[in-house]
Amino acid sequence: MADKQHNTDLQEKPFKPTSPTPRLQFNGFWEYDDAPQSTDSIELKEKYGLFIDGEFQSPESRTYFDTINPANETKLADIAEANEDDVDKAVTAARNAYNQRWSTISARERGKYIFRLARLIQERAREFAIIESMDGGKPIRESRDVDIPLAAAYFFYYAGWADKLNYAFPNRQPQSLGVAGQIIPWNFPLLMLSWKIAPALATGNTVVLKPAETTSLTALKFAELCRDAGLPKGVVNIVTGAGETGAAIVNHPDINKIAFTGSTNVGKNIMKSLAGTGKKYTLELGGKGPNIIFEDAPIDQAVEGIVNAIFFNQGHVCCAGSRLLVQEGVAETIIKKLRDRMETLIVGDPLDKNTDIGAINSKEQFEKINDYLEIGVDEGADIYQSSCSMPDEGYFCRPTLFANVGQSNRIVQEEIFGPVLTIQTFRTAEEGIEKANNTPYGLAGGVWTDKGSKIFKTGQQIRNGVVWSNTYNQFDPTSPFGGYKESGIGREGGLHGLEPYLKLK
Amino acid sequence: MTTTTKTDYDWKKSIPIDQVGVEERVARLNSRSIKKESKIQALKLALSMIDLTTLEGMDTEGKVIQMCQKAMQPHTALPDLPTVAAVCVYPNMVKTAKEELRGTGINVASVATAFPSGTATRKMKLEETRQVVADGADEVDMVISRGAFLKGEYEYVFDEIAAVKEACGDAHLKVILETGELHTYENVRKASDIAMHAGADFIKTSTGKIEPAATQAVTLVMLEAIRDYYYKTERMVGMKPAGGIRKAKQAIQYLILVNETLGEAWLTADYFRFGASSLTNDLLMQIAKQQTGVYQGPDYFSND
Repeated sequence: MADKQHNTDLQEKPFKPTSPTPRLQFNGFWEYDDAPQSTDSIELKEKYGLFIDGEFQSPESRTYFDTINPANETKLADIAEANEDDVDKAVTAARNAYNQRWSTISARERGKYIFRLARLIQERAREFAIIESMDGGKPIRESRDVDIPLAAAYFFYYAGWADKLNYAFPNRQPQSLGVAGQIIPWNFPLLMLSWKIAPALATGNTVVLKPAETTSLTALKFAELCRDAGLPKGVVNIVTGAGETGAAIVNHPDINKIAFTGSTNVGKNIMKSLAGTGKKYTLELGGKGPNIIFEDAPIDQAVEGIVNAIFFNQGHVCCAGSRLLVQEGVAETIIKKLRDRMETLIVGDPLDKNTDIGAINSKEQFEKINDYLEIGVDEGADIYQSSCSMPDEGYFCRPTLFANVGQSNRIVQEEIFGPVLTIQTFRTAEEGIEKANNTPYGLAGGVWTDKGSKIFKTGQQIRNGVVWSNTYNQFDPTSPFGGYKESGIGREGGLHGLEPYLKLK
Repeated sequence: MTTTTKTDYDWKKSIPIDQVGVEERVARLNSRSIKKESKIQALKLALSMIDLTTLEGMDTEGKVIQMCQKAMQPHTALPDLPTVAAVCVYPNMVKTAKEELRGTGINVASVATAFPSGTATRKMKLEETRQVVADGADEVDMVISRGAFLKGEYEYVFDEIAAVKEACGDAHLKVILETGELHTYENVRKASDIAMHAGADFIKTSTGKIEPAATQAVTLVMLEAIRDYYYKTERMVGMKPAGGIRKAKQAIQYLILVNETLGEAWLTADYFRFGASSLTNDLLMQIAKQQTGVYQGPDYFSND
């Protein structure tokens, strides 16, 4: 309890022990009024069952858990918790659907259903965006402009592949696997669902998907949409629940393929469970992305890129640029500009159209981030937080910088998954690259320089699945995504994203 | 005031600007949603920042006089509105405007230095500047020599601005970069830096005679130049986008750019202006709509 009290203190006052006040003043006379997105059009049921065999069913477990709005801690709905029996029912439904329907219809017919799902997501985009923000805490600007349009784009993209698989793998005979078990995280709920379900269906597999326990709603809304689209029953099954439900999927003997996105620790456990079973798997795990700024970079745009890299979606991004590596000649300028820029970030109601940083997804994650803030201070780092106004309730975290950190610090080595950035400097390109690679992770990173050759030279030496240049956090369905080292195995997205769901003869 | 001399600055060196990044930043700021009281505040603020402009070859004294009336009393149905900041005219209309506006607090701005092309001898440019100031101009809007700039003769451009600044005396100097002819953001940035170091009180995007005129992306690049100059010298330089800003919605987007790049200190007519003519009536229509709840037709607003 004493610890907790300390956390709360840390949260409430902005720390600026080592920083002079920002040079520019942003808390001016012209304050933007609230611009809340209306939620009148949203229909949520009080209680959601499991979506198995084309209909919502009460769980065998007879238990339900609450899903809450992290911005105000109010309950949104009861969500069914699937136990092993429920998962077994879902897998059986998926297997029957695979045998009797999905594997027997033509590829073009499959594509037709997926196109239909894509269009329905577009048609109901506003509804999905609002629910995503209510259930997960992300700003409506992001769910409206990024999450939902991208989710539709992934369905459109993979719908196109459904009847062209022979062209994707020339001189091979691509065959579907059967039933795919898919487990997705809470940071991009519908988008991660689309990354999983779209390629699985396009390649002719059926699906049992488990959304994260804090963000089940858009997956359940998607289940309604599968029903509206007339998708054959059992092709998509949504089972809700926490870790045990996930384990039941991973360990089910009649599943052919596991796709998991989540933490590295859980990923390791899944790998152990799958050893020797013959199930195919892809794992997309944590990261501690290096964002490297060379002194010849476009500075003002780089500052903006740093903000997008770490403060996008409250920093709940596995590929977040959470380690800033700045060449020493521009370090002082970058830090000064970054501090001024952070003063203009608006933290608050996720449903307000002007909000830049919404609510931390759950109490658990909120406490974890606060623990790391404390660890950073204890490790002797210089902390700087924006002095922005904060909501009175809900789980909110100030955008935070840690300067004067070392490669050996925990805040530099461990994934915080929050709006917390560490800043290190380097002198030579070699030193920057060495620091970038000195981590067990290898998911994504950024390189900022005005010089094209330096982009390629540096990019090739960074052991990351994705390296962005002069930008950050850009996604496209045609581009593969995945990690090196402890950031995962396999690729999702693009042509590469088809292979994990296929047997190539 | 701390202006640096030209020897302090390496004009040959370009500051890298990423075009995609600039345009993304503008798009993101455009997604701000300004409602209710903050909208009314913004509309009135924008009105108070207008340089009401007429720069036509066929301008008449009568037209200038009418425009001055409009500047003083934008809309009789709404008597409590702020006046515009200045009226902006050709040199031959300065005396007329000055006489009309005497005692109102509204400034007279005159274009000078062979506006809009800027292709005259320095002697003529300085003479014209002295003339408009003598005729009563409070502000001088000069154009830079784009030909010399694009040729790389940065010192020539610097010296010319510095000389015009000197010729202005107490009048404020706005330096028009004519960004539509500079082609790259790097050039816009460099021209902004040269103008500020040479003593510009304001930097201004365009003459309005060349397309594209003001854009938000160019304005952002210039605001960032002003920010860097302020970080370095603590002197606040003003910004004036001009040309193509016709709608209240655009004006609010510009204000957001200023608010989130330079902060509150620049949100005043002393440091930010709109060079526009038709913007005034759209602002008035929007203000009237906010107060009455309904849009009125354009016939209810005087054109000048």
